[in-house]
Amino acid sequence: MKSKKVISSLLVAAMSASLLAGCGGSGDKPAESKPADNTTADNATDTTPAEPAESKPAETPETTSADENTPVEEQTLKVAAFEGGYGADMWSEVTAAFEASHPGVTVELTIDKKLEDVISPAMKAGDYPDVVHLATGREAALTETLTKEKALLPLTDVLEMTVPGENVKVKDKIVPGFLDTLATNPYGDGVTYYAPMFYSPCGLFYNAGLFKEKGWDVPTTWEEMWALGETAKADGIALFTYPTTGYFDAFTYATLSSAGGSDFFNSCMTYEDGIWESENATKVFELIAKLGTYTEGTTVANANNDNFTKNQQLILDNKAIFCPNGTWLPGEMADAPRADGFEWGFMAIPAVNDGGAGCSFCWFEQMWIPAAAENQDMAKEFVAYMYSDEAAQIFAKSTAIQPITGVSDSLEGDNKMFYSIYDNGATAVMGGFASTAPVEGVNMLDTLCGTVNSIVSGDKTVADWQAAVEEASDKLRAAME
Amino acid sequence: MKKVRGKSIFITVCVAPAVILFVIFMLIPTFNVFKMSLYKWGGYSNNKQFVGLNNFKILMEDTNFFRSFQNTVLLIAIVTIVTMVLSLIFAAILSREKIKGQNIFRIVFYIPNILSVVVISAIFSAIYDPNSGLLNSIIGIFRGSEKTPILWLGDQKLVIYSLVIAMIWQAIGYYMVMYMASMASVPESLYESANLEGASRIHQFFSITLPLIWTNIRTTLTFFVISSINISFLIVKALTNGGPDGATEVFLSYMYKQAYTNSSYGYGMAIGVVVFLFSFGLSALINFATKREPLEF
Repeated sequence: MKSKKVISSLLVAAMSASLLAGCGGSGDKPAESKPADNTTADNATDTTPAEPAESKPAETPETTSADENTPVEEQTLKVAAFEGGYGADMWSEVTAAFEASHPGVTVELTIDKKLEDVISPAMKAGDYPDVVHLATGREAALTETLTKEKALLPLTDVLEMTVPGENVKVKDKIVPGFLDTLATNPYGDGVTYYAPMFYSPCGLFYNAGLFKEKGWDVPTTWEEMWALGETAKADGIALFTYPTTGYFDAFTYATLSSAGGSDFFNSCMTYEDGIWESENATKVFELIAKLGTYTEGTTVANANNDNFTKNQQLILDNKAIFCPNGTWLPGEMADAPRADGFEWGFMAIPAVNDGGAGCSFCWFEQMWIPAAAENQDMAKEFVAYMYSDEAAQIFAKSTAIQPITGVSDSLEGDNKMFYSIYDNGATAVMGGFASTAPVEGVNMLDTLCGTVNSIVSGDKTVADWQAAVEEASDKLRAAME
Repeated sequence: MKKVRGKSIFITVCVAPAVILFVIFMLIPTFNVFKMSLYKWGGYSNNKQFVGLNNFKILMEDTNFFRSFQNTVLLIAIVTIVTMVLSLIFAAILSREKIKGQNIFRIVFYIPNILSVVVISAIFSAIYDPNSGLLNSIIGIFRGSEKTPILWLGDQKLVIYSLVIAMIWQAIGYYMVMYMASMASVPESLYESANLEGASRIHQFFSITLPLIWTNIRTTLTFFVISSINISFLIVKALTNGGPDGATEVFLSYMYKQAYTNSSYGYGMAIGVVVFLFSFGLSALINFATKREPLEF
């Protein structure tokens, strides 16, 4: 009897111990192991120990950086970078170069295609990376959330810093115009919070081979565009398709700017009262609605994250002519089958007003420092280093082009054609919606872009759409500070 | 006296692990959901602002939320009714009738349940493809292939039913196995005497099988409510992401969007509270409405 009780007590104790041990383990695993795994995997090749012999000789390039107060002390800088179409190798290379020029600094690099999922659990627990390279406009909207939460560090002093290893200030190396936009100064108050990184012109992609084959001219105005739409329809080719409605942000920004100029565009982006019901905005809404009638029939059904490549494939198969996208498209579709004689063509969006200039939205990725970062000084040094010639060359090898004067000159082939769009007379449009305090239930991009699916399928009218956008704009204006 | 005390300590020690785990992983998080629904918070910073019931007030005027509510209720209703009827029929056939290859059918019906929802979404996205999909190819034989294809995932009036089909397909096997298990415990003698008295198979099903597995059916009804809410989120996330233009937005996908992509974590938690109360209430209601005197055999 007694021994039975002893045995059952022991069993209970063992069970509870194992349960608690089990949950203890699973409790801290997700926070730590995943980023760590990533780092080791990505870094294993070049950055493992901090003091190997190979990093010592590199001490020679004297750190003529702004902060002389960083003696050779061991520091760890946590960098988190989004792995986009340019690949992960350039980041390992650039951090290795940074370590070489900054003795004593070890960079702990986290790279992932779904960076938000990897870093945000740790961030919620208070463990922030020091530098984050992650653009706005992504689905998880981590950058926007931190902006709305006022959790970013102003980069004003980074712009005044001297680029490490060079004698130029950071702000003097950046191409003019890139620092005056809502995409770098999200609150519209002139303070820079995002450092502009790789940029990409957005416009309309098409098959240049198809135009040659059919003897068509590439349209330069919307009138020519509609005429081409009718001609192509007779051949069973649709004028237009789009991957997902998410791509209409760049398209709408460019057409808004073309319709009413840059001041008008900024008024739209800062939710000015009645701006979305103005004549210029109406032109844009109606233009997109008319384009909707020329859109390939199956586009809406495939305009989701699972199937968007089927819409992009329509261009390669000569089933649709134009598709709005960014310069990463040819890379994304590199292995896809294509029609004979296919050749990438790229053009700016034709002017909305007669005689105006074409326009192209310039999309760029951003780098920022969380206000909760531990190692802020070194983080600023790292951001400044991104604009050094050394770093820019490493990035440019992977065709990741930064807004540094002269960098895009090194491009060749298709990429040269893509980046020359502004040299050919198109106006560059930059920016995005101003950041506001979060407004529950209101999502401007969903209202403005997501509704395009309903316009194309005929479920909503332009008037409904316009009214919904204006209503969202009203609510967001109230939340602007 | 000493013995009683020792016994109560022993009981406490035995129960403690389960209670502690339950408190840490169930009670505290649930309490937190309720608490956070009263705050305006983005999810990261320390600026949590207490706003009382304001989140719920906004919710009552949010047409997008009502659309997701409607879609969820529609999914729960249709998926539950169709799945229950079909899996009862299949279970009755497979456990009462002698047909060739019974085991193969059991396996075939159960397979969708083993597959991950992402795989199911991939399968259905191939089936629903407007140009080369299985469904349009078959329909094309009858209505002529030169007509405009049916957009299973693009037509806003149709797309929710496309999700219904996928959800029923993946759920049937699971419930069929549940019903078969309880049908197996119905004594054979009841059917024998019913046979002798000349009751038809259908009559036997409604008078013997159904009443005797009633407790099991009641349990599965609660499962239906919970799993429809959960699985619909997974399928929507992988197949349509709420599109086109919010036509397939369901409870949890809308909650996710608000909490994580619209930086309104508190508002998302308010939706979570509504979902919690709704599923609790609906399960209780179903339980109450289906209450019968249990039949013994």
